[in-house]
Amino acid sequence: MDATLSTLPIGQAARVKAYDQCTATDQRLMVMGLIPGVQVRKVRVAPLGDPIAIEFDGRCVSLRRTEANGVRLESA
Amino acid sequence: MADSVASTKASLAPAQVALVGNPNIGKTTLFNLLTGLRQRVGNYPGVTVSRKVGVLPLPNGQAELIDLPGTYSLAATSLDERIVVDVLSGQVPGLRKPDLVVCMIDATNVVRNLFLASQIAELGIPMIGLLNQWDTAQKQGLQIDTGLLEQRLGVPVLPCVATKKSSASAVTEALSKALESPTRLKPIDWPEAVTEATITLRASMPKGMSDSLSDAEVHRLLFDANSALAERLDWEDVARRSAVKNARDRVQSGGFNPMAAEPLLQYEHLNKLTEGVVNRAGELPLQHSESIDRLLVHRGWGLAIFAAIMYVVFLSVYTWAGPLMDLIEWGKGSLQSWISPMLSSTPMLQSLVVDAAIEGVGAFLVFLPQILVLFFFIALLEDTGYMARAAFLMDKMFSWCGLNGKSFVPLLSSYACAVPGIMATRTIEDPKARLATILIAPLMSCSARLPVYVLLIGAFIEPQHGPFVASLTLFAMHFLGLAIALPLVWLFNKFLLKTRPQPFVLEMPRYHVPKFADIAWRMWESGVEFVKRAGTVIFAITIIVWALLYFPRPSAVEEATTQQFIATQGLTLEQAQADEAQAAALSQAIDSAYLEQSWMGSMGRTVQPIFESAGFDWRITVGVLASFPAREVIISTLGVIYSLGGDVDEESHSLQDALKGSTWHEGPRIGQAVFTIPVVMGIMVFFALCSQCGATLAIIKKEAGTRWAVFSFVYMTALAWLGAVLCFQIGNLLG
Ligand SMILES: Nc1nc2c(ncn2[C@@H]2O[C@H](COP(=O)(O)OP(=O)(O)OP(=O)(O)O)[C@@H](O)[C@H]2O)c(=O)[nH]1
Ligand SMILES: [Mg+2]
Repeated sequence: MDATLSTLPIGQAARVKAYDQCTATDQRLMVMGLIPGVQVRKVRVAPLGDPIAIEFDGRCVSLRRTEANGVRLESA
Repeated sequence: MADSVASTKASLAPAQVALVGNPNIGKTTLFNLLTGLRQRVGNYPGVTVSRKVGVLPLPNGQAELIDLPGTYSLAATSLDERIVVDVLSGQVPGLRKPDLVVCMIDATNVVRNLFLASQIAELGIPMIGLLNQWDTAQKQGLQIDTGLLEQRLGVPVLPCVATKKSSASAVTEALSKALESPTRLKPIDWPEAVTEATITLRASMPKGMSDSLSDAEVHRLLFDANSALAERLDWEDVARRSAVKNARDRVQSGGFNPMAAEPLLQYEHLNKLTEGVVNRAGELPLQHSESIDRLLVHRGWGLAIFAAIMYVVFLSVYTWAGPLMDLIEWGKGSLQSWISPMLSSTPMLQSLVVDAAIEGVGAFLVFLPQILVLFFFIALLEDTGYMARAAFLMDKMFSWCGLNGKSFVPLLSSYACAVPGIMATRTIEDPKARLATILIAPLMSCSARLPVYVLLIGAFIEPQHGPFVASLTLFAMHFLGLAIALPLVWLFNKFLLKTRPQPFVLEMPRYHVPKFADIAWRMWESGVEFVKRAGTVIFAITIIVWALLYFPRPSAVEEATTQQFIATQGLTLEQAQADEAQAAALSQAIDSAYLEQSWMGSMGRTVQPIFESAGFDWRITVGVLASFPAREVIISTLGVIYSLGGDVDEESHSLQDALKGSTWHEGPRIGQAVFTIPVVMGIMVFFALCSQCGATLAIIKKEAGTRWAVFSFVYMTALAWLGAVLCFQIGNLLG
């Protein structure tokens, strides 16, 4: 499965597999707890298609698709 | 080892206690509870952006409590996060390292919140943990074994509900105990690869640097993609980069991706440390925030709801305040008619008190109800948690022009006032993106513009088109600055600042029922501020403006005007004085001649040609000139002008009526009304766009430098003039 956080359908959950690169923003997401192995769910997409909102560990975080593209997932 | 507290006692300086934690978990709420101060709280991340100090009364003396901005990590990138790191590492001049850190931990998310605590542990400062929002954790059915957690961490941990007064005693007791017998959190045991990399990095540092840095700080150089620490150090760029790269290679050779090593290792450590501490009774029920979001942030109608909310805000600002305004207006009028006769023997004093002090300041104070209604809604939106949702909904509209998603909150705050709005840009990591936001923040329609809009819309739009169009116009005026700001910031980013595309990562706060006290406080605070301005800045400028409009007052003016009057009317002086209507017309003619020949009058007439193409007469021009220090002055200035000019009849004390009756006294449009719809729109657009606020320019200077303050003044004022001219010209073409 070659899904990323960006392509994950709304309402679905998956596990974080890896980050494509480790940019400063990726570091921030990891610090917030979005590390490989963590289960993440896509909660919603903004009306204009970007950004998206995800939920992990009871935290709801919104981020742009450009950032979400770099987070690779595997099935939960 | 000498205890930090013992040494404090020796020097008799009060102990320093710092409040740290993730954003939006209740640090400021607790700070206010413990110190009795009233710092702003709000239900979104990034409310606090600077360091605030208060006195913390303890059973055995006093300590200083320091409220800090929220941060997820010591890897500080934005200015507000850097403040936390600077305070904790004792880098703030005149402030020593804190004696105790109170680590506030969100009880609903213990492990993730311990990340920061574990980083701080490496700084070696004594610590105590507070599991805040304990009430929410209970509601979610979480069972947290605080005893076990305390035992594992080795520092005191206690539950806390910062919003409940009753929490204070337990917390102060724990704090004073912790100051007496400090305990430290044990830092993570790094694997060999990291410890070796740290040693390697230290070894390659220039002489003396290694000794001045703690392990925590060296780790910042090692792990962070953009380390803020690097800027502070006196370490040549190329050498530093290669040293850091070497050290990272060492981490890599141990099998860890150096850019991911810290969070991975820390969370592994913390998961082990907290095993069995948090248990959940049953499944996590659907969060009520989630069900509200399904409605409010819906993909289909989320934006429509946002627009509807904004419309309701402006409609309410417009309609709710009406009766109260009438009351204040009535009070002002009664005061004038009561005082005026008492001073009739001294016409100058009479004019100073009645026309300047009461009329000018009163005309301004009339708008107090509007300000209160506006701040009621701002507080409501901030306190419920909708603000962050608005950022989520609108981000796409901001991203195309290169704006940071985090710009949204500062820009929204600027709708109340640009000064805190500009301060709030400190949460933006990229300095150029931050500058871009600072430059456009003053274009957001702040509450000081509200009186101008309401005055003009109430006088000219509502009577003709009704309250629906009136509120729509008010809405449009508030939207205008934003609509112009976006393409503008695109230009700034593209050609002036050359900003890179910006990330947007924002945690959504939980919704909660707004606290009445917080809302009432926000309204009270803004109301007091408004009244204070009326009594200080507005009053002072009004008196100056009055003096400039009253003097020099040569008596020749009266004679000349009288001569001219009787000549044109074909009467003798006695005839003119005998007839009541003629006498009134004569005295009005004299008043307006004095006004036109006053210092400010002639200045207005000199400058007026600049605004000729916008349709402004010299009176409006005077108003514009007087409002450069503070835009609200326009109201009091117009009040003084029209009451000095004798255009206000005895019956009506309202400025609106005076504006309606104002006509051109000369020139091609003589006899025609000055305030036509194109002129009114032009004035509103001018005030929407112009840089007329000394306080804003001062804060831009402080946060971005003099150069940018000047730039902001020039571009905004030019834009405002252009806007007013376009309004007038296009309005006239249309009919
Ligand atoms: N239910 C509950 N809400 C709380 C508690 N403590 C704070 N809050 C609410 O949480 C929100 C955030 O509070 P603040 O005190 O502004 O948080 P902060 O940590 O200072 O936030 P930043 O300055 O943005 O980092 C407010 O709406 C508070 O009313 C608590 O113990 N329980
Ligand atoms: Mg705060």
